Amino acid sequence: MGYFLQQLINGLTLGMIYGLIAIGYTMVYGIIGMINFAHGEIFMIGAFIAFIAFLALGLIGIGWVPLALLIVLVATMLLTSAYGWALERVAYRPLRHSPRLAALITAIGMSIFLQNYVQLLQGARVKPLQPVVTGGVRFFETGEFAVAFSFLQMVIIVITLGLMLGFTLLINRTALGRAQRACQQDLGMASLVGINVDRTIALTFVLGASLASVAGLMFLLNYGVIDFYIGFQAGIKAFTAAVLGGIGSIPGAMLGGLLIGLIEAFWSAYFSVEYKDVATFAILILVLIFRPTGLLGKPDVEKV
Amino acid sequence: MTVLRVMDVHAAYGPIKALHGVDVEVVEGEIVALIGANGAGKSTLLMTICGNPRASRGRIEFLGEDITHLPTHEIVRRGVAQAPEGRRLFSFMSVVENLQMGAVSADPRHFDEDLERVFTLYPILRERRDQRGGTLSGGEQQMLAIARALMGRPKLLLLDEPSLGLAPLLVKQIFGVIREINTRDRVTVFLVEQNAHHALRVAHRGYVMANGRIVLQGTGRNLLADAEVRRAYLDGGR
Repeated sequence: MGYFLQQLINGLTLGMIYGLIAIGYTMVYGIIGMINFAHGEIFMIGAFIAFIAFLALGLIGIGWVPLALLIVLVATMLLTSAYGWALERVAYRPLRHSPRLAALITAIGMSIFLQNYVQLLQGARVKPLQPVVTGGVRFFETGEFAVAFSFLQMVIIVITLGLMLGFTLLINRTALGRAQRACQQDLGMASLVGINVDRTIALTFVLGASLASVAGLMFLLNYGVIDFYIGFQAGIKAFTAAVLGGIGSIPGAMLGGLLIGLIEAFWSAYFSVEYKDVATFAILILVLIFRPTGLLGKPDVEKV
Repeated sequence: MTVLRVMDVHAAYGPIKALHGVDVEVVEGEIVALIGANGAGKSTLLMTICGNPRASRGRIEFLGEDITHLPTHEIVRRGVAQAPEGRRLFSFMSVVENLQMGAVSADPRHFDEDLERVFTLYPILRERRDQRGGTLSGGEQQMLAIARALMGRPKLLLLDEPSLGLAPLLVKQIFGVIREINTRDRVTVFLVEQNAHHALRVAHRGYVMANGRIVLQGTGRNLLADAEVRRAYLDGGR
């Protein structure tokens, strides 16, 4: 029981990180129908910006953890958003009316470019960060085993839930969210009612990047080491999460992220750590075969 | 005052040329009908006025301003609203949300008043206000498409086949409403129709289009009486 609970906590934490990245995939797909393969790199850049921000705060001596976290969170979201915006502006917008394959290849190219860019600027060695949030609570102590729920995991879960809630409200209740949903359904008609479609698409990239950057920050805090390559695997996992939940569906991305996190944690705990990625991708394959629209995705039919 | 002036406009969808030098003029307060067979380029003209596809040659003026090269949303914000071909409702959004989308370019202070106005025009939409657009019947969808276009308080309303696929009683109602928004709210209307009979009866003036060109024009009454129009679009086409 204790062991199960521990894996549940670990899986939830991991799933939150995947879910935040998955939202970016799903939103971009929903609005312009392309898979932004460079999104994993945006997450990685978020982690690096967070890392640099922590070092900078250390240098100027801001040591109070909640304040430091808040500053890093805001700085990371803002700066990474700028990368998301630039990515769309430079690489994707010029190809808006090109065949999908061109956009897809460009996305892969941008992914490779951003990896090398960070590698050049920051070096290829892993970057370790001192634990920022320490301590936690222990319960279910039985002999040598106890369930540990660290403050860090609590911070991750609380921040993610808060962001997801805020984000859901933004999409469902505000004019901005309505414009976003309208563009998802029919770009041409959205412009016919007066929506600036280019701006809405740019905003989608900005929102996706800012959420992914928070995931990057959490990854950094959770694992304590980052390198220029972390975006690849996290990106692929988050993409799987988005497909599992139903690509194009935002609640689907959140749910898919949680499921992938839980599957990974439980598979590692009860079967084998080595094959955890196999388990994840086997699920991707099964979903694609038996339910291509994903768990919460809606089939592409409507009454005409 | 001339609301819309289309001068020698050419346009193409990809490699297919759809307009070959079209001239059209719409004056304030008018209802102008554009009739013609399937594939004549009528819908393309309405879309070209809104900048998508863009005119490859010629010039389009709205209230004296050159709008030929403006982005679509800028044209719409100047007061051109369109209920396009196929209605294109936001089918995953509720009726009210669709109407909110129609008001994107309008002054938000007018929203409640405008909502009340379209609900008075189409009381059924009030009953369906929280239903998703995609679940409405064909007639209701057409009403919502027109209502959405009206929410922005347009100076020029472009309607593409408002009667398409509707039962005769509904067709009558739709044209009644078009006349009403024209006389009461002073909205200038430019409408495309295959249902030439109804369209020309409600319109002050009309244009006939064939193969991407305007081939005939005149008052609605004259076109209705014109032997050539009768033969091509009315007698066989009802």
